[in-house]
Amino acid sequence: MNSLIVFNLIVSVFAFFVCRAKASRLREKHTLLVASNTHWGWYGFLNVFIPTLVLGVLIHYVGIYFINSGIRSSTALEFASHAEYLLVKENVNASVILILDEISQIRFLSSFIVIISYLISGIEPALLAVQSGTTIEHLDLVVLALKTKIMALTATLVLGVVIALMQAQRSINTVSANYNAREKVEFVIISLLGLSSLIAVLTTVGIVISLLSETINFAMMHSIVDFLFGTVWNPQFTSGEVEGYGSDLGILPLLWGTLYISFVALAFSVPIGLYSAIYLSEYASDRFRSIAKPVLELLAGIPTIVYGLFALLTVGPLLRDSFTQPLGLGSNSDSVLAAGLVMGIMLIPFVSSLSDDIINAVPQTLRDGSYGLGATQSETVKNVIIPAALPGIIGAVLLAASRAIGETMIVVLGAGAAAKLSLNPLEGMATITAKIVNQLTGDTEFESPETLVAFALGLSLFVITLCLNVLALYIVRKYREEYE
Amino acid sequence: MSLKARQSKEKRFQFAGLAAISIGLLCLVMLFASVLSAGLPAFQQTFIKLTFNLPADKLDKSGNRNPQEMKKVSTIGYTKVITEQLKLNLTKAGLEFDQLSKKELKNMISKEAPAQVRYAVLEDPSLLDREFEMVLLANGRIDGYYKGRVTKKSAELDVMVSPKQLELADQMKRAGILETRFNGRFFYWPDASDLRPEAAGLGVALLGSFYMVLIVLVLAVPLAVCTAIFLEEFAPKNRFTDLIEINISNLAAVPSIVFGILGLSLFINFMDLPQSAPIVGGLCLTLMTLPTVIIAARASIKAVPPSIKAAALGLGASKVQAVFHHVLPSAAPGILTGTIIGLAQALGETAPLLLIGMVAFVREYPSLSPEGIFEPATALPVQLYNWTVRGDPAFVERASGAIIVLLVFMITMNLLAIVLRKRFERRW
Repeated sequence: MNSLIVFNLIVSVFAFFVCRAKASRLREKHTLLVASNTHWGWYGFLNVFIPTLVLGVLIHYVGIYFINSGIRSSTALEFASHAEYLLVKENVNASVILILDEISQIRFLSSFIVIISYLISGIEPALLAVQSGTTIEHLDLVVLALKTKIMALTATLVLGVVIALMQAQRSINTVSANYNAREKVEFVIISLLGLSSLIAVLTTVGIVISLLSETINFAMMHSIVDFLFGTVWNPQFTSGEVEGYGSDLGILPLLWGTLYISFVALAFSVPIGLYSAIYLSEYASDRFRSIAKPVLELLAGIPTIVYGLFALLTVGPLLRDSFTQPLGLGSNSDSVLAAGLVMGIMLIPFVSSLSDDIINAVPQTLRDGSYGLGATQSETVKNVIIPAALPGIIGAVLLAASRAIGETMIVVLGAGAAAKLSLNPLEGMATITAKIVNQLTGDTEFESPETLVAFALGLSLFVITLCLNVLALYIVRKYREEYE
Repeated sequence: MSLKARQSKEKRFQFAGLAAISIGLLCLVMLFASVLSAGLPAFQQTFIKLTFNLPADKLDKSGNRNPQEMKKVSTIGYTKVITEQLKLNLTKAGLEFDQLSKKELKNMISKEAPAQVRYAVLEDPSLLDREFEMVLLANGRIDGYYKGRVTKKSAELDVMVSPKQLELADQMKRAGILETRFNGRFFYWPDASDLRPEAAGLGVALLGSFYMVLIVLVLAVPLAVCTAIFLEEFAPKNRFTDLIEINISNLAAVPSIVFGILGLSLFINFMDLPQSAPIVGGLCLTLMTLPTVIIAARASIKAVPPSIKAAALGLGASKVQAVFHHVLPSAAPGILTGTIIGLAQALGETAPLLLIGMVAFVREYPSLSPEGIFEPATALPVQLYNWTVRGDPAFVERASGAIIVLLVFMITMNLLAIVLRKRFERRW
């Protein structure tokens, strides 16, 4: 593979320079070319590089296919399970790599050396050399795999070289006045741009597939009704007598904790964020605004782990010493209130900058109309601007809510680990995100429902936040269109 | 309603706005104050300076100063030697130590010290033949005593330290053997086990974070810029591109922990990449920051006036040429700013890294060659999480110190972004 790629790169670069030189020679002869010299160069390069790359990859995978089917058919009857087949395959592949390494120590020329040494002496010397060190299991399969591999290498090399040279020759011949090489090169560029934009889609697909498949695994081990409607969260990692069924894995207490903490966070951050935004956009002098706004936005740049530690070390103990203990309500420093307040601090700049944008988008004419009727500034804000901006503000609040629900580090450190359905904000409660972290850190076995439940929790989290986001983005977008 | 009532209402409203901003700023000040007060002591450390006359016969039994053979003496052997040396030094300084038990005396010095001395001796066997000075870490509790974390009263209840040790420490301080000063090792030493917080440092975490940010920079930025260019300039308006757009704005709001789950099942379970390795963390963070950078890049491409492109097209440039030669350079400052903010976000992210096993205890530095990204490491925010959940308050102090380091990075990056925006911002 690698030596072929090196060889193709050399031919491609060669084609680049020859095509470019030919184009510039034509230009010197006062021929008017449609494409520039560099375009011609790249035309030559891509013409050689892309087909050979495709061919190499193709033959590589065809070779692997043949090797695998060879392994499966030769000992088909003996495999007890798929896992056994995989094990044999892994062994064979490891031996093949060992032998190939024995044949050629020079990575960069390996294919050439492997083929030549095969032509000269066969693979037996290498086999023997490796065998003297370790015993090779499934010798016949290894030999088969090796031969297939060498055949694939030879095919790639021969075909690759032929095609590379042919393509180089062809592109050099196409260099002419009227042919639009620019269009071809640019097509490749645009295709690459388009491909890169697919990554975002693939990410979403990957998230959905990985969450769904493990959730299905979970559903096969544990009742999904129990998960969705169970009111007790009590995973037992030390699976005792009845394996897997000892745990209560109900999402409701976690969902309650999540929503409760998010509610506290929003109750703190929305009024403050909104009032800040109104003050900054309607009342503040330019100087005050230019200082206060970036300073407030500094809060948005602080990592959430820092907030988590703030909740754990400062806010939690402060609440405990000033409320919980004097009032005789317990001695927890982990509490819904602490985590919610700190999360609220985190959300202030988020709410305020979103609302700021939205308030600024309300047309000046509405304000002028209200002032013209004799309203004061605060009356204008309350009776005209807020109603006009309301859909946008709701969108902003929903986005903030989705953030609060998905927030992890603050609740892991500040909200405690006990999952319970309780109304007392001075108690600690666990959230969905905190339990995902709990179930998936440390030594995890992917066979138990206690681990897999994390994926079901993740899926629930993903679905909830997705709905909120879609709704919020829809409202915000709708609102923007209204005033544009 | 009377005019007066309306005007006082106006005043109240304005005051409420100002109060809201003040609360926000107050929170910021409180946050910084609490982090700084808890974390600044982490940059100080108590050290004990000893003069060594090492007994060559004990540490090099064969006597030929061959490091290979000297390796046979383990750190336990060195512990005894160091305690002896401490006694010698104390006697020389005229200090009384008879009231301390042997164990108390031994525990004056960090458990990390024997390894430190052993390493130095194996590096340079000639140390056995001469007198030399070496600065050793004091025990974490004694360090805590000088930072106000431990008092003589609390020491009475503590199994790890006794008031007598603290008394001796005070005497040593007066004699100049013991001092508390700036601790550069905090930045380059690796993590340490639960019993020796005084030796824990950020070395591995900083290196791991550096690798991950580098991976994000190399992968996310080109991909994001390509995507942004495609969506802004080339994409046909149809359902599919709509889907991509909605997708990106949704991905930007997906909770970060979901990317951790994706990383766990895609990169570790499916692709078999090693756990705890910067490559996996980097890939997760890349996917996570991609939407942020795409959105920023799109905004700055959109901000370039169409006349620039029209002029290029009018002179015969193709669309690709117009975009790459004119639109992209004009949009570069905005893209750069978005990139820096995205990188800062990646640097401070913790939750996804917890799931892909970066909480593991790692003491070996990943190598500096490209293979290093496949070797176990931790990251700065994960390391400080890790320290937070350990029991010893000395680790909490170190976690707060790590936060200061993290915040310095974050604020530097954000300031850089603001400065670059100010410097290169163009009003069209």
